[in-house]
Amino acid sequence: MSGDAGERDVERIVREVAAPALAALARRFGDFAACEDAVQEALIAAAAQWPREGVPESPRAWIVHVARRRLIDHVRSESARRQRESDAAAEIMTGGDERETQEEMDDTLALYFMCCHPSLTGASAVALALRALGGLTTEEIGRAFLVPAATMGQRISRAKETLHATGARFDLPGPRERAARATAVVRVLYLIFNEGYATSSGEHVYRTDLCGEAIRLARELRRLMPENGDVTALLALMLLTDARREARVGPNGELIPLDEQDRSHWDRSAIAEGKALVEESFSAGRIGEYQIQAAIAALHDEAASVDSTDWRQIRDLYVALMGLTENSMVTLNHAVAVAMVDGAEAGLALLEPLSLDKRWRSNHRLEAVRAHLLERAGQRDAAIESFRRAAEQTVSLPERNFLILKAARLDAR
Amino acid sequence: MKYMLIMNAPRDGYAQFMRWPKELLQANMAFMRAFSQKLRESGELVLTEALGAPTEAKLVRGDEAGRMITDGVFPESKEYLAGWWIVDVQSEARALAIAAEASHAPGMPITRADGTTIDHLWIEVRAVMGK
Repeated sequence: MSGDAGERDVERIVREVAAPALAALARRFGDFAACEDAVQEALIAAAAQWPREGVPESPRAWIVHVARRRLIDHVRSESARRQRESDAAAEIMTGGDERETQEEMDDTLALYFMCCHPSLTGASAVALALRALGGLTTEEIGRAFLVPAATMGQRISRAKETLHATGARFDLPGPRERAARATAVVRVLYLIFNEGYATSSGEHVYRTDLCGEAIRLARELRRLMPENGDVTALLALMLLTDARREARVGPNGELIPLDEQDRSHWDRSAIAEGKALVEESFSAGRIGEYQIQAAIAALHDEAASVDSTDWRQIRDLYVALMGLTENSMVTLNHAVAVAMVDGAEAGLALLEPLSLDKRWRSNHRLEAVRAHLLERAGQRDAAIESFRRAAEQTVSLPERNFLILKAARLDAR
Repeated sequence: MKYMLIMNAPRDGYAQFMRWPKELLQANMAFMRAFSQKLRESGELVLTEALGAPTEAKLVRGDEAGRMITDGVFPESKEYLAGWWIVDVQSEARALAIAAEASHAPGMPITRADGTTIDHLWIEVRAVMGK
């Protein structure tokens, strides 16, 4: 036992060993769903025991050992198999954690592919990834998504059933398929990050730090696939966006928009790391969505103010992005960039056709962007009305409060 | 014992709220936040949710084949659910006291659908049935 560790240290260690421990077990025993349950039980046991008794010399071997015992408890199987298992366990116990082999890294990567399998819906993959890769408990994941633990537990079991039904195998796909599968993994990590970022209002004190977890998983994924430009760009995008988190929320949980943020509260070291990664991902060749989004985030982060931001380049990057994705937010952001370069009226003109489109009806983001541009254009009354309409349409409380206060502030002038 | 504390508002209640002066809005938002936090810390809060504007609400029923028929919001409805707290407390008296505190959030008088004005929103207190 390596002596006393604080609860936070224990939490960190538990999360770090979750994925490699599960990967090792799944590789040896095959039954992914049962292994995942067993590892979860072992992680919960570790969280209770380690703060009291100290962290074991090899945390991963401890988790694997305990999980293996749980597996045997749950599935009493034929003696030959048991013999095989105990041989495997002995090997794990003596193996220790000293050096990770290429094979172990491949297993962990295979686990990423498994949890972010294309057959899973976004919500299921997110839940499964947070538990199996992130080492979070069902309770914690439920809290982060504001649903009861029982509901989250069901979502996770269904995800595992889906994997079983589609015959998803715990294997590293060949080089050709690997890139496509990596795209799915990147998407899931991005969803986790966005969930954390969009709700990071401070309203929910028990919220698990999803952004931090998404960044940790992206870092790990990059270590496993350093040659993949999308993964590098994703990590860059997360760091460059998360760098502004402190400055983004006011004392009452209200959102503070980019142009009103105190930029001295931005995390400089995260920005520096993110920028270096953007450059690296661009030099890796193929330019995709994540590279462009990260480049845009970097341009915002390096500007001293909104007015000194390189809006021309941002506009051009959005044009490129529109060619790659149907994402409606990109269209709106492009209109904002155009407004910053060519004036608010030019931006407003781009919004016109959107408001006639049925798909955009009751979309608060369109209305909110229109409100901002009307304000910039000096059309005060129209802007107030537009802010209030956006406030009626949004389903986010911090965002609603922000929009109402914007209207009230303009009204008071 | 569990109670649901229900806040109702007239259909245009959100529009009225949105026209309050900035300082009052900020005081109201800070109150709501602190109020929930206090209940959470006392261990009495089970769940609280605020609902979107009634003007965005849809009414749905199904026909015989279970197909969806949507309607707009019935304009004759007087009151709309704006949000709720579910609390788990020792007594009904405690639930009533919490409701009174919620009703006293900073704000302006609200004009109801029948034209009368109330200083503070009513909070309806209902027992949650056990299962």
